[in-house]
Amino acid sequence: MGIRIALAGNPNCGKTTMFNDLTGANQYVGNWPGVTVEKKEGKYTKDKDVTVTDLPGIYSLSPYSPEEIVARDYLLDGDPDVVINLIDATNLERNLYLTTQILELGLPVVIALNMMDLVEKNGDKIDVDKLSRELGCPIVPTSALKGRGMDELVKTAIELGKKGVPAAPQIRFSDEIETALAKIIDALGSRVSPATARWFAIKVLEGEERTISQLKLTDADKKTVDAIRDALETELDDDAESIVTSARYDEIAGVVDDTVKKSTKGMSTTQKIDRVVTNRFLGLPIFIVIMFFVYWLAVSVGGGVVTDWANDGISGDGWLYTGGEAFDEATAEYEDAQAQITAYVENILGEDEVSGLPSDDSQEVLDALALAEPEAPEDATDADAMAEYQDAVAEYDDAQATIAAFDEEAQAKHAVATMEVEGDDGEVEEQAITFADYQAALEVEEPDPSDGSWGLWIPGLGAIIGNALEAADVAPWLQSLVMDGIVAGVGAVIGFIPQMVILFLLLGFLELCGYMSRVAFIMDRIFRKFGLSGKSFIPMLIASGCGVPAVMATKTIENEKDRRMTIMTTTMIPCGAKMPIIALVFGAIASGNSDATWYVAPMFYFMGVIAIIISGIMLKKTKLFAGETTPFIMELPQYHMPGVKNILLSMWERVKGYIIKAGTIIFLSTIVIWFLMNFGDAGEGFGLLDSEAPDYMEYSLMAGLGNLLAWIFAPLGFANWQATATAVTGLVAKENVVATVGIITQLGDFGEADPQLWYGFAQMLGGSTAAIVAFCAFNLLCAPCFAAMGTIRQQQRSAKWFWITIGYMCGFAWCVGCMLYQFVGLALGEVSFGIWTVIAIIIAALMLFQIFRPMPNYDKKDEKVARKLETENEAA
Amino acid sequence: MAEAGQDKTLRDVAIGETATVRRLVGEGALKRHIMDMGITKGVEVFVRKVAPLGDPIEVTVRGYELSLRKSEAESVLVL
Repeated sequence: MGIRIALAGNPNCGKTTMFNDLTGANQYVGNWPGVTVEKKEGKYTKDKDVTVTDLPGIYSLSPYSPEEIVARDYLLDGDPDVVINLIDATNLERNLYLTTQILELGLPVVIALNMMDLVEKNGDKIDVDKLSRELGCPIVPTSALKGRGMDELVKTAIELGKKGVPAAPQIRFSDEIETALAKIIDALGSRVSPATARWFAIKVLEGEERTISQLKLTDADKKTVDAIRDALETELDDDAESIVTSARYDEIAGVVDDTVKKSTKGMSTTQKIDRVVTNRFLGLPIFIVIMFFVYWLAVSVGGGVVTDWANDGISGDGWLYTGGEAFDEATAEYEDAQAQITAYVENILGEDEVSGLPSDDSQEVLDALALAEPEAPEDATDADAMAEYQDAVAEYDDAQATIAAFDEEAQAKHAVATMEVEGDDGEVEEQAITFADYQAALEVEEPDPSDGSWGLWIPGLGAIIGNALEAADVAPWLQSLVMDGIVAGVGAVIGFIPQMVILFLLLGFLELCGYMSRVAFIMDRIFRKFGLSGKSFIPMLIASGCGVPAVMATKTIENEKDRRMTIMTTTMIPCGAKMPIIALVFGAIASGNSDATWYVAPMFYFMGVIAIIISGIMLKKTKLFAGETTPFIMELPQYHMPGVKNILLSMWERVKGYIIKAGTIIFLSTIVIWFLMNFGDAGEGFGLLDSEAPDYMEYSLMAGLGNLLAWIFAPLGFANWQATATAVTGLVAKENVVATVGIITQLGDFGEADPQLWYGFAQMLGGSTAAIVAFCAFNLLCAPCFAAMGTIRQQQRSAKWFWITIGYMCGFAWCVGCMLYQFVGLALGEVSFGIWTVIAIIIAALMLFQIFRPMPNYDKKDEKVARKLETENEAA
Repeated sequence: MAEAGQDKTLRDVAIGETATVRRLVGEGALKRHIMDMGITKGVEVFVRKVAPLGDPIEVTVRGYELSLRKSEAESVLVL
């Protein structure tokens, strides 16, 4: 017969460390039924018949927080064979408060007196035998961090569990209370077992609704009990709950006085550290430095270097192991040469005055220069291939003729072009380009990192798979699925892993050493105004790098409402992948005129911050989040050096969860999007589209979907399939927004910093500034990419909450887009006053109402916890 | 002395001072939570500091450090 051990104790008493010690990596993480509190179970490493259940860290068995309810229900109804109550020996008084309640439950209990090594180090002494007698259960001194006393603890627990003898609580309150309890026990009679009678009597005396309704007392019994309680309250001039709580703490203080010898010392180490770390003046600067350091390591080093490396290596072409610098220099030289060529051609054949792009003549020459000489097909008997080849040769010959004509004209004019170049010192200088310079620039070849001349080139997994598929002559649709769908999708998941590992090692350290509680202490004042927690700062900071680790980081927020709210809003901060969208919009509005419109780019950043603040204030007043501001009565635990194993395990647990859950969602969604993008009917029947054809997207299912959904975006000023399809592909990864604009406008080779793409993009949205702004706002605020959505699903741990989150984000983004288009358009004269303007005004009015109205009163406080549990039960 | 401090709450205690809890006002979860954390009738509470932004405060009670908001400290009446 297996033994089931329940591990109970306060938060920050070393419970997680002990659980890790006992179970090693044999852990299963799940949810407690009905609530989103994490449930951890594991098998004892030295005896697989022993199951350990880690209860949430709690201070009391009052049924107010979901954690308390879960722990209490498990202890009362979950039938554990024995309870290990872990207590922090350096903080005996408050820890024993929970212990005395557990002892009343009628279960076999063994106390693990943890952190005994610290007690000894402090020079304090605890009389363990005496403490054991006064409490009425065996005690084993342990040090979970150093793994001391664990074998004896489990041995004692198993023995106790096999015998099944309940603990014999020795704590007695004052005579008045004991008399009242005795009377209630009489009244309860046989409804409760003798071992649990004291527990139920105390709860009934306290007047706890939950217990009273569970016991199904008759009206007569209730009257008897009320009379007993009233008498006691009058006698002691306080309410019963306060009387019992105070009495319990007073008795514990007595026990501690009897058994603990404190060495009189000044400030503890923790108090000394906190004198600096949470100092009135130094607290904030230190916090900023630490956050900067976390951000720098996780987002810049982790996100930049390591993730790029992983992306190149896994889904990309490959990466250069050595010689990267020389290669970068050669690339810069090549780009410089290309700029010279463009400048030279434009100087002679002119540029378009409206768009600032090369004129048609210039473009023709540039295109001619870019055309490579075609290669003859291997099989000269293949008629189709030969015909294609001959067409290509004719085209190439035309191009050569164009170039020759241009060269002649240039030489005849003795043209010297000028180009603005930014020198090393940042000064803009004019550089002259002669015909010879131009000829020389044409000779500069684009460096190929994989040709072996730069250093050790390691081909990426993507390239290897691609070549293998090519070699195996796999059907084109399957190649496309594997490469563009699966490799790209899975690559996106894997690419985040190094970053997440670094981030969660850092956060794990900050959390386990005790600093995270100080973060909440320092930041609470700002964030509670928006219904968020002080700890919400960390996810939002990380979100400016990437939303995926940001949503994962919300795990450190214990309070459920705060955590949900943070998850719902944190990805509104523009992440790294949204930067190209902002750059594109910036270019399209300002045409690169950064002096006059410098404010556009920072504006979208502020928009993210303001969106979070507004969302916080509005959501706080909805039924979902209504209620008192979450209390902030929080322990500031002692600082201590966390064990390496614990940091690694906490990191692994989070990264593993991400890989499994986010991975599956991302994987499936990318395939769906791939299918929509690449399948359609281009007049030859339904099938895979030829992605080499210039306008293939027009025939894709995605275009159809875009047309179907376009009406939604009419009030936002971009009711065409192109803009809609762009927003949809942005769901795969926000980088795709720019790429899709490139494909649709057939300017795929140009980046977001290229005037030509700016122009094409502005054309796509009808040249309306208001529509461009609305488009950008919508894409920045709506549902994040699939990777982030997968993480949101995992962290909300509820399908209902996942859809609430996505729905809210999209709805909010739509409202903001609508208001921006209508109001900006009206101001610029691009939009005339109409029905949607009225609706935009109504939206604005409703938002203002929700922001400024007082907190509405939804339901009575007492029922709230119970109701919340009910609704979540239904959802689950 | 008890008469004079009739309405004095934990919020009114200056930093660096110690006060004895007289009673807790309010009801329900918040009150219970404060009591569960060890702030009960008769206990001594030392107000250690206030957070850099002026709220919450940090107190030492029953040998450990506890933080609570000023608004929450108002429901703790002290001598």
